[in-house]
Amino acid sequence: MSEARLSDPIYRLKNLTKVYGERRVLNIATLEVYRGEILALVGPSGSGKSTLLRLLNFLEPPSEGVIEFEGVEYGVNQSPKLEKRRQVVAVFQRPMLLNRSVWDNAAYGLRLRGEHDTRSQVQRALAQVGLEGLAQQRAHTLSGGEAQRVALARAIAIHPQVLLLDEPTANLDPYNVGLIEGIVQRLNREQGTTLVLVTHNIFQARRLAQRVAFLLDGQIIEMGEVGQFFDAPQDARTRAFIRGEMIY
Amino acid sequence: MGLKRFRGRRLIAALLYTGMGFPPVVIGLFVYLLLSRNGVLGSLNWSFLPKLFTPAAMVVAQTVIAFPLVAGFTMAAVMGVDPQLRQQLLSLGATPRQAAVTVLMEARLGVIVAIAAGFGGIISEVGAVMLVGGNIEGRTRVLTTAIVLETRKGNFELALALGGVLLLLTFLANLVMLRLQGKVFDE
Ligand SMILES: Nc1ncnc2c1ncn2[C@@H]1O[C@H](COP(=O)(O)OP(=O)(O)O)[C@@H](O)[C@H]1O
Ligand SMILES: [Mg+2]
Repeated sequence: MSEARLSDPIYRLKNLTKVYGERRVLNIATLEVYRGEILALVGPSGSGKSTLLRLLNFLEPPSEGVIEFEGVEYGVNQSPKLEKRRQVVAVFQRPMLLNRSVWDNAAYGLRLRGEHDTRSQVQRALAQVGLEGLAQQRAHTLSGGEAQRVALARAIAIHPQVLLLDEPTANLDPYNVGLIEGIVQRLNREQGTTLVLVTHNIFQARRLAQRVAFLLDGQIIEMGEVGQFFDAPQDARTRAFIRGEMIY
Repeated sequence: MGLKRFRGRRLIAALLYTGMGFPPVVIGLFVYLLLSRNGVLGSLNWSFLPKLFTPAAMVVAQTVIAFPLVAGFTMAAVMGVDPQLRQQLLSLGATPRQAAVTVLMEARLGVIVAIAAGFGGIISEVGAVMLVGGNIEGRTRVLTTAIVLETRKGNFELALALGGVLLLLTFLANLVMLRLQGKVFDE
């Protein structure tokens, strides 16, 4: 992937904070997400990673600051239009599938958008996650790994600009972890989907990401190219986290 | 109600649950007093208000009886759906309305139970409809009140037959609802 392509920001966050009650759980001076990159967010549990994804997904507004998305700024009281919001989709650690068939689950996002001819797109999404064979099975009878792949299929069926992944492989067996990593990597390479991956598995960040940001207590402590981040971290706290010395 | 947390949500829930356990005949009494010519609303003489001893008055009473049942059970069913689901639906691009519809669909087992409970409460109601409707032949006499009347008159055969019709109706209605639950129930 060329460097030129990796410096066109699709998101630009400025002085972003999120406050719950009395607590400021997120405080990001600046953060850019480049179009077409895989950005990993690492950090201990409770550091604000999921909160940041919810803001990037426009599921919640920030308490202060702005999120610029595709050149348009959204402040505290401005949420993007539905069509814009629909370009971003998230896959969560615990997939909540509908009590319907695998096929209907994969088609859900397209149906929301009022698309009628969903056949080929659903078929392709299921093929991408290797579940064509289970299309008619009811989603609640799937194994954990299969369920997560269905969640991935329903997300990629809508061809999002940005795919947010919140610890998508935590609690999965190595086989499914490998599958899912392969799927998202291919998605990024072949369709240019921008990926923001939250993981507390630093090996996964290293395998997948081009850039890594380390979040601690709602702040970005360090951010850099994957090689530099892992081989020459600048901050002592980053080093401790990478060495696994940080309790989380 | 089930989806959002807001001020007064607890209070409304408490009121609903109270309403679910409220004796229907007392609700009938309230509606009677409200609608009677000397009652709070009846004395206003508003034309859109139903008069006592009319089918419309019975509908009012039955609605007041059924509402807490249906709303309460529906709320419980919706609250039983993981809140994470709504978040994930919104993330997939659902509008709040679309998400609510999907959550209701996911809770359909409970929603149908709610409707069945409301229906069951209404069709078996005697006291309130008697009070408010007056059991007037050809106008406000329903199966239950007719059964009471015929039994009192000693027409046990007719009363039994009416009872059979009532049972059949209830059974058919519940059959339809079971069909609606369909596949979910089979799992
Ligand atoms: N809806 C919420 N209300 C109150 N506090 C919250 C809410 N969501 C998250 N938090 C708090 O914000 C902090 C960051 O949470 P989160 O973003 O989930 O962290 P991470 O994903 O990095 O583990 C935690 O301390 C959490 O308790
Ligand atoms: Mg999290």
